[in-house]
Amino acid sequence: LAQELTFPITPFKCHLTDGPQVEEMTTTGAELLEFFKLAVHYRRLELVAESAYKQQLIRGFCHLHIGQEAIPIGMEAAISKADSVITAYRCHTLLKARGASDVEILAELLGREAGCSRGKGGSMHMYGPEFYGGNGIVGAQIPIGAGLALAHKHANAKAADDAKRIAVALCGDGAVPQGQVHEAFNMAALWKLPVIFCVEDNQFGMGTSVSRSNANTEFYTIGHGVIPGVQVDAMDPLAVKAAFQWARQATIDNGPTILQLKTYRYRGHSMSDPGTSYRTRDEVKEVQKSRDVIEGIRARVIDAGIADAAELKAIEKDIRKTVEAALEEAKASSELPASELITDIYVDKESQKGFVRGVSLDKSWVL
Amino acid sequence: ASITVREALNTAMDEELARDEKVILMGEEVGAYDGAYKISKGLHAKYGDERVQDTPITEYGFAGIAVGAAFAGMRPIVEFMTWNFAMQAIDHIVNSAGKTAYMAGGTIGVPIVFRGANGAAAGVAAQHSQCFAAWYSSVPGLKVVAPWDATDARGLLKAAVRDPNPVVILENEILYGESFEVDDAVLDKDFTLPIGKADVVVEGSDVTLVSFGKCVGYCVKAAEQLAADGISAEVINLRTIRPLDRDTILESVSKTHRLVTVEEGWPQSGVGSEILAAVVESDAFDQLDAPPERITGVDIPMPYAKSLEEMSLPQIADVVDAVHRVTARTL
Repeated sequence: LAQELTFPITPFKCHLTDGPQVEEMTTTGAELLEFFKLAVHYRRLELVAESAYKQQLIRGFCHLHIGQEAIPIGMEAAISKADSVITAYRCHTLLKARGASDVEILAELLGREAGCSRGKGGSMHMYGPEFYGGNGIVGAQIPIGAGLALAHKHANAKAADDAKRIAVALCGDGAVPQGQVHEAFNMAALWKLPVIFCVEDNQFGMGTSVSRSNANTEFYTIGHGVIPGVQVDAMDPLAVKAAFQWARQATIDNGPTILQLKTYRYRGHSMSDPGTSYRTRDEVKEVQKSRDVIEGIRARVIDAGIADAAELKAIEKDIRKTVEAALEEAKASSELPASELITDIYVDKESQKGFVRGVSLDKSWVL
Repeated sequence: ASITVREALNTAMDEELARDEKVILMGEEVGAYDGAYKISKGLHAKYGDERVQDTPITEYGFAGIAVGAAFAGMRPIVEFMTWNFAMQAIDHIVNSAGKTAYMAGGTIGVPIVFRGANGAAAGVAAQHSQCFAAWYSSVPGLKVVAPWDATDARGLLKAAVRDPNPVVILENEILYGESFEVDDAVLDKDFTLPIGKADVVVEGSDVTLVSFGKCVGYCVKAAEQLAADGISAEVINLRTIRPLDRDTILESVSKTHRLVTVEEGWPQSGVGSEILAAVVESDAFDQLDAPPERITGVDIPMPYAKSLEEMSLPQIADVVDAVHRVTARTL
């Protein structure tokens, strides 16, 4: 497992920067095996969510990250746990990667007390360690992420080099044309905020392909002629890791950077979308066959002799059991009592005191 | 001492910036220009770019950035040149600031202040003359305050900066230059007013006038005129619109048995509508001796011409007339 392994990575396309000057990534057997476990785990978490949704245990919107697992894997391998992350509504596996448990995520989806937001946020509004959502408003997480970086910039001024923090703000390709995204780009560049803006370019904003919604689909070049950007093969966790390693230092040194993370979403936009009207089944199958994250790592692990196919199958089986057990635990978590309806409107106890109007005056609360 | 509302707001921000290095001021022209209305005068020179940050004219973006900074523990004061322009930022005020504590099950607080001039200004027509009290006060998770005098301005702004929740401060451009007497206690660097508590500015027994911001001054003047007619009006300065101090209103109405609300905002779904609803659906309804009245801005976009503008807004005479009507009637 300590064995060093080197793999070629898809060349980066760079704008206003030389970018990560790497054509290959060196890893270890242990890291590769860890990536395999993470990829399998992230996907299983979403598959379990999908089946729970179909059993009507989960309500409302539910956006799955299946296919895009290399992003949380590569990102977390490169950034610090003290860095802050915010994303849009396709947030489950990014929160998992930040350190939340399966139970916290699944219980949140089920609307139970053990959920990371105690059932008040649901699929789109999940929070956790240095993870600020889960934001259901397309584009909103980009200025908020820049704001997290503004706070870090203040603290970084007095921090030792190894204690400096950054923010990562991820949006989808559908958010790129949003006005507030470009407002935030401008201010982040102007104020040299330590933020990595990431476009999770999964090719579709709901059912509209990037080329039908964006005049410029080379998202790594959209930084107003001043923000450096890099396009990344985000189906390969090693390429994603290399990109974030470079971007993290670049953003500490020079201010914002943009990463265009080219990936692919296997499922529809959300549970109500079969994901077939705006693309062909063959297109999805082709990506699964040629670029799938799990299969890519599996082949590397087996080829390098780190583990054989049977061992990997056993790992997959174990993870499946773990996540399914977490679902059972989430199901056993209690529903929220009625008293919880009116807590957390304000963050402090003192502000909670007073009158909260119910559906009728006689069903109101005076706290 | 006598200070203007502008000085009250300026000293309040100065003291809060000095007290806590997490406090920052952001907005258009707040820095080198010293504030479009000079509320931040001298602060940029004293605290620099790090603490007093000029922004481009991009409300949606900088409101979002300020919210993100608040997520991470800063205490931003966001100045909107006027609340009219904050409509571009309302998504972050409502969705990002107002709802996050609840959506996060109480794990994330948003200690942020959004402030600026609200309501009718003079001669600037429809896009720059509008009251947003009804809009923001309808949103759970936000606190909404509207200072009238210099005491309110200092006490509410300083309380807002120290509050761990998002607070919207609806100021009034026309009041900025107005001077008010203040007690020495008001000038103390730790002076705050409790958010959520109304102030009985004038005690009276015949009618309750409820108002906020600039119209409180109208009510006080109306009460003086009414006193000459032998009518004793009680004037309530709401100070806070959310959470609404229902107790003070209901108690006063139960004493005077008559109610008139006064605001510059539009009538439909206005703050007056809410107060009337609160009274008529409570036990205080049985205490009413006349139907309550609302005095509001006219239900139109604000016209430019001076003659038309004056007709669009409540005047002291409108308040006096309403009081005469409600005190003349008995049930």
